[in-house]
Amino acid sequence: MSDKQDVTFTVNGDERTIHVEPRRTLADALREDCGLTGTHLGCEHGVCGACTVLVNDQPVRSCLMFAVQAGGARVRTVEGLASGNKLHPLQQAFWDHHGLQCGFCTPGFLMLAVSILERQSDITEPELREALSSNLCRCTGYQNILKSVLAAAAEMRK
Amino acid sequence: MSLIGQSVKRLEDHPLLCGSGRFAADVAVTDMLYMRVVRSPIAFGRLTGLRIAEALAHSGTVAVWTAEDVADIPAIGFRMTPIPDLEAYRQPILANGRVRYVGEPIAAVFAADPYSAEDIAELVIPEIEPLSARVDPVASPSEFSPGRSTEAAVITKAYGDLDAAFAAAHTVVALELTIGRHSGVPLETRGAIAVPEAHTGILRLYGAAKVPHYNRQALAAMLGLPLDRIHLHEGHVGGGFGIRGELYPEDVLACAAALRLGRPVKWIEDRYEHLVAANQSRGSVHRVRAAVDESGVILGLDDEFWFDQGGYLRTHGVVVTDLTCAMLPGPYVIPAYRSVGHVRLTNKTPCGTYRAPGRFEASFVRERLVDVIADRLGLDPITVRHRNFITRAAMPFRRGFSAVGTDIVYDTGDYAGLLDKFLNRVHWETLRTYVARRRQAGEKVGLGLGFFVEKSGLGPFDDVRTTLGGDGTIEVITGAASIGQGVETAMAQICADGLGTGLDRIRVIHGQTDRIARGMGAFASRVTVMTGAAVTIAAAKLRSELLIVAGRLLQTAPERLAVTGDRVVSRDEPAGPSLDLAEIARGAGGELTVDATFTTEHMTYPYGVHLAQVRIERDSCAIAVERFFVGYDIGRAINPLLVDGQIVGGAAQGIGAALLEEFVYDASGQPQSVTLADYLLPTIARSRRSR
Repeated sequence: MSDKQDVTFTVNGDERTIHVEPRRTLADALREDCGLTGTHLGCEHGVCGACTVLVNDQPVRSCLMFAVQAGGARVRTVEGLASGNKLHPLQQAFWDHHGLQCGFCTPGFLMLAVSILERQSDITEPELREALSSNLCRCTGYQNILKSVLAAAAEMRK
Repeated sequence: MSLIGQSVKRLEDHPLLCGSGRFAADVAVTDMLYMRVVRSPIAFGRLTGLRIAEALAHSGTVAVWTAEDVADIPAIGFRMTPIPDLEAYRQPILANGRVRYVGEPIAAVFAADPYSAEDIAELVIPEIEPLSARVDPVASPSEFSPGRSTEAAVITKAYGDLDAAFAAAHTVVALELTIGRHSGVPLETRGAIAVPEAHTGILRLYGAAKVPHYNRQALAAMLGLPLDRIHLHEGHVGGGFGIRGELYPEDVLACAAALRLGRPVKWIEDRYEHLVAANQSRGSVHRVRAAVDESGVILGLDDEFWFDQGGYLRTHGVVVTDLTCAMLPGPYVIPAYRSVGHVRLTNKTPCGTYRAPGRFEASFVRERLVDVIADRLGLDPITVRHRNFITRAAMPFRRGFSAVGTDIVYDTGDYAGLLDKFLNRVHWETLRTYVARRRQAGEKVGLGLGFFVEKSGLGPFDDVRTTLGGDGTIEVITGAASIGQGVETAMAQICADGLGTGLDRIRVIHGQTDRIARGMGAFASRVTVMTGAAVTIAAAKLRSELLIVAGRLLQTAPERLAVTGDRVVSRDEPAGPSLDLAEIARGAGGELTVDATFTTEHMTYPYGVHLAQVRIERDSCAIAVERFFVGYDIGRAINPLLVDGQIVGGAAQGIGAALLEEFVYDASGQPQSVTLADYLLPTIARSRRSR
């Protein structure tokens, strides 16, 4: 299992080449090889969504994808959301509406919501609830996550 | 304007929103080893041997440990509710001779890479002769070990003349109620990173949570270290709910390995491990009887229950059973009472506390019983509750027994008043009529209501050290811990309010044993009450001391000075000479430090009511929670935004426990709920927008 390969992709706009085993997950590659620990692992079996990142603007569970599969792709993680000191509207809305408690699931929810709102910022509440139901949060009971994403959607439509 | 009661945004959010948090798995140092734990695949059996030759031969192996390698380290002791003579039920850090649940650690392997550590762990082959597993806590006890029963303890709490109550009863209502096994299931699994510092000789454990100070003492004692040679450090914590942060075998193994192998050791639990190894809770069977008169007044309540403890007694001792006995009477008078709780060892994952230990169980049993009493007597369930409530005039109300080391004395409460207010607020009569109309039309829809008495603010003490630094900021060091509940914001609000400064001046430190000598941590809903009270005292002390220094510098009597934002000004001449807080710190010789302690012998007892409107689909039997209301007397809210967040989050966990979540075991003790696709957490699809 130790035949390491070079893989090149961009993460948040920066090109990275890493040297990894074929079995290395994209999540581990981002966290350990790229030093981007904002992507969290909650279950490593594709249920909780904490590890959600965007690969070519599609939300994926980075625990279920091998790093080598991301060769040539454009990867976006939570670290790339804010521009300098200015928070992304979703980050700001999560802060304003107490959309996080322990904050462990937050990067996954933010990336999932980014992909949803970039595609459809006029999404209805039932559609949004359906789309966000792929990720788990254990602290908030979701009410404030829903409020946060709806508020960010309104902001992003402006 | 006072900062208390303001819904200020959380101070802790920024790093968490930007991906710069530091959770256990994010901790990395150079030259780390990765630990992987080999776990029992059998629920109960004789561990006759472990074949480790192949694992030792793997090129990546640094060490493979079995029970023999840690024979000098004692089993994990009790943090709460110790009962003499229960030591034999404690868990060894690696199984020795017997395995008692699927998931029990039986060996630990160490390698320089986590993927290799998993490969190596798979090469360790246990030799286990299976024995007949105990899965039913109610079945007659058997032998745990020579001379010891699987019934570790029986806890009884009682008062009044129960026989007389039942002799006088108009009706006796008896029920058997079963509560499933649940756990906190935080989104972040557990982790421990033990770092031996060669230059100081200090062992540092990162990934600590909940009770770092207690665990520091326990680890020092278990590992034979002087207390000043070990420190625990809490980083960001991805949810606690009572189960994270207790001392577990893996924490001890990581520390021992770091000391003995002389390298940092990192252990990060995977989700399968979490669902078989971290504390579970609540599984129990209650047989409860109530003696009632014709008006529904409860004359006596008699409960016997069996708590499914799992393979060992862990750090919580028998606290869940103790609290269940103590909290069962809840808001009602109940003149005669007896609760008998059997703590039964089974071959399942061991149990500890999970959010509202003893109250989840007791509230369900009691409120279900009250509804059945009402039904049996043809009375309104609201009326039956009103007739049994302890009145406001009876407060403080002494229950007549103790739990978690303190006498149960309800401090205040207007149960009838809260219920009336709540029903008025939810338009109870309209709601009831609306639901009745839908039922007449053939829908399966109903309303269910439960009243509860909670406990919070467990003592006995909390310390706070507050320092005004040379840069004009104020550092608040506490022995509390943060599990995501907003401790930093709440403590900063209390401190800034007491001092008269802005919130941006305050930094709150928690969970660091090298910053403050003592600390109780975060459990039993204690932090806002206990740490908050200590911060109040510390802020008042610091304010008076800094005004003395300012008075000297400004040649003004301290009582004629006021703190406004970041300056001290004269009350008589607000536009006159003033001092920045940094100047005052310099005037005091660089910084100004005060210490404060708050102590209490009694807990506080908040209370409230939950109401659910639920529909069952006729064809599929699917259950839909259409509306859910909570009315809660929490006392004075420091930050209503955070309070609402806790209540909504708690309600979601409660609904999950009632409808979705359960750790299921088969007849041989094999766990059936080992992924998040088996143990179902509530999702946003089931949630509604709150108003």
